[in-house]
Amino acid sequence: MPDGAVPILDVRNLKTVFRTRSGEVHAVNSVSFDLKAGELLGVVGESGSGKSVTMMSLIGLLPSPPAEVREGQVNLGNMDLLKVDEDTLRSVRGARVGFIFQDPMTSLNPVFTVGWQIMEPLRKHMGMSKDAARNRAVELLELVGIPDARSRLRDYPHQFSGGMRQRVMIAIALACDPEVLIADEPTTALDVTIQAQILDLVKDLREKLGMAIIWITHDLGVIAGIADRVIVMYGGQIVEQAPVRELFGNPQHPYTRALLRTIPSVRGERAARLEVIEGQPPILGAPPAACPFRFRCPERLARCDRENPVRVPVGAGHDAACFWDPATGGERNA
Amino acid sequence: MPDGAMQKPLVSVRGLKMHFPIYAGVLRRRVGEVKAVDGVSFDIREGETLGLVGESGCGKSTCGRAILRLYDLTEGSVKIDGTEIGQAGPETLRKMRPTMQMVFQDPQASLNPRMTLAAIIGEPLDEHTSLTRTEKRERVYELMDAVGLNRDFANRYPHEFSGGQRQRIGIARALALNPKFIVCDEPIAALDVSIQAQVVNLLEDLQDKLGLTYLFISHDLSMVRHIADRVAVMYLGKMVELAPRDGLYGEPRHPYTRALLSAVPEPDPRIEAEIKHIILKGDVPSPANPPKGCNFCTRCPEVMDICRRVDPEFREVAPGHYTACHLYPETSTKTAGQTAASEAAQSIQQGD
Repeated sequence: MPDGAVPILDVRNLKTVFRTRSGEVHAVNSVSFDLKAGELLGVVGESGSGKSVTMMSLIGLLPSPPAEVREGQVNLGNMDLLKVDEDTLRSVRGARVGFIFQDPMTSLNPVFTVGWQIMEPLRKHMGMSKDAARNRAVELLELVGIPDARSRLRDYPHQFSGGMRQRVMIAIALACDPEVLIADEPTTALDVTIQAQILDLVKDLREKLGMAIIWITHDLGVIAGIADRVIVMYGGQIVEQAPVRELFGNPQHPYTRALLRTIPSVRGERAARLEVIEGQPPILGAPPAACPFRFRCPERLARCDRENPVRVPVGAGHDAACFWDPATGGERNA
Repeated sequence: MPDGAMQKPLVSVRGLKMHFPIYAGVLRRRVGEVKAVDGVSFDIREGETLGLVGESGCGKSTCGRAILRLYDLTEGSVKIDGTEIGQAGPETLRKMRPTMQMVFQDPQASLNPRMTLAAIIGEPLDEHTSLTRTEKRERVYELMDAVGLNRDFANRYPHEFSGGQRQRIGIARALALNPKFIVCDEPIAALDVSIQAQVVNLLEDLQDKLGLTYLFISHDLSMVRHIADRVAVMYLGKMVELAPRDGLYGEPRHPYTRALLSAVPEPDPRIEAEIKHIILKGDVPSPANPPKGCNFCTRCPEVMDICRRVDPEFREVAPGHYTACHLYPETSTKTAGQTAASEAAQSIQQGD
């Protein structure tokens, strides 16, 4: 690894398969990455690219069956999360790894008060008394910017607006001071001005609390604003990984390059016509034997049909899974 | 695009109000109303795309549906292609339907899962034309070609298609009767980024080929900047700004538009580092109980005393650039050349 920081989460060769009536779907294929202390890692990809499934596999959140984590290691500190029993895993979830989901309405329980839902992990994981938990809950709601926190503990989720509900979700995820926070499309369901509030809050919380964050999104703009390092996923695998400025300034994989060209911006030059990535993302019935992007790739080489490229270093802290080299326009020299 | 100012409006909306009643209590008495659209006036010129942006709940979709008379209007006039349909009865509306069509947000929900693709696209033809079976089949094939769907798919059902293809089906159906005006209500919101560009390019191609006029409703400000010729911004049931695209994105006047634009994340970290984001405090007030004065006064970073008392007028502050904000008092804009323009704006406000 380029910089000296120790990874607190290290994922190696993760494979997740869904068994369905029409056969297996290989959703995650040999995904390896790590997360360093205090870092914000962005994970970008389209729906079906395997980004959410990867993160849910890490902490055993996928229902099995149909899902099966078939291979790999997930090292949190010196513990392999794929090997430990359900009790240990439960104590890890919430306490050491916090999770924020996309839709705060469906992930909060409508029949319990918000206060009860924030206090639950505090009492379960931290063994706090009711009073201590309540005081901590007030602190947390204040931390995430909910006005009049103490009285709002008695309110139910439907009494909060979308942005406020997402703040509550963040408060719950932060309750036990996790080392790692996994946020799955946390702002996708929100309006832009509310999204800006939440992004601002997350930046602020990082400075205050210093936890490592994995931020899953399909929005490259959000990533550009908050991430330190970015992983791009396609067809269940990581196709490119780089520090954020490097990725946007010097994208190497044709998928990343195309993705950056297809999105219009509200600033800068306005293109007369949008570039298009033709075709559809793949559904993987078998582990890919060749590059999953080849059918949509403008730079397809003969080799791409025979082999699935592995990630190779292409710059400082930057790697890409592609045989094509944008510098030469031909095959990359090994 | 040709100079828009020279073209006549295809759609004229004046003082459009769409209020939904709230019933409560044991007797279900009417206790108030949600002012989803509260006095909106604008024109859409022939052959142009008007982008309508705003956050959820601002009334943009209600506005689009009201213009097509999918609702009975509370108040106001809507003139499409010279025909007043604001308070028109079912007969007049039915005659107008072929001229004005809609593409919906969710292609999953707006296509009948039990109908084949040919039946879905052909249904408007059954209703409004007397084509023979073979003529109809030909027309369906023609439409499928136009939107880039393979003719072999004609007998398949919607669930066999991806989101992007389903949206193409919705577009083909909207085109079936050769409409002049199409309301596109968040047509790409449910699609992946790489598919969004495909659908937007299709809409642009069809516009060039068929001379269509679009009202493009979206919360995606960057996509609207790409597709629209002029852009209108709504907040809490009212239009706060309306301007040619470059004027709106280059020099937004209303504080809400500025905040909205600054909140859009920038996919280029080098530009992103330069942006000063304006973070608005709080949430949008309820449209059942909008604030006194300017609707935006509860969140406006530049709020003044007058804003809490007087609802600002929607007036022209630069050629073709309208906004409703007290930061632009009438007197300061009234130079010789602009007097006529601001009077024109007032006549729009009052409904001519």
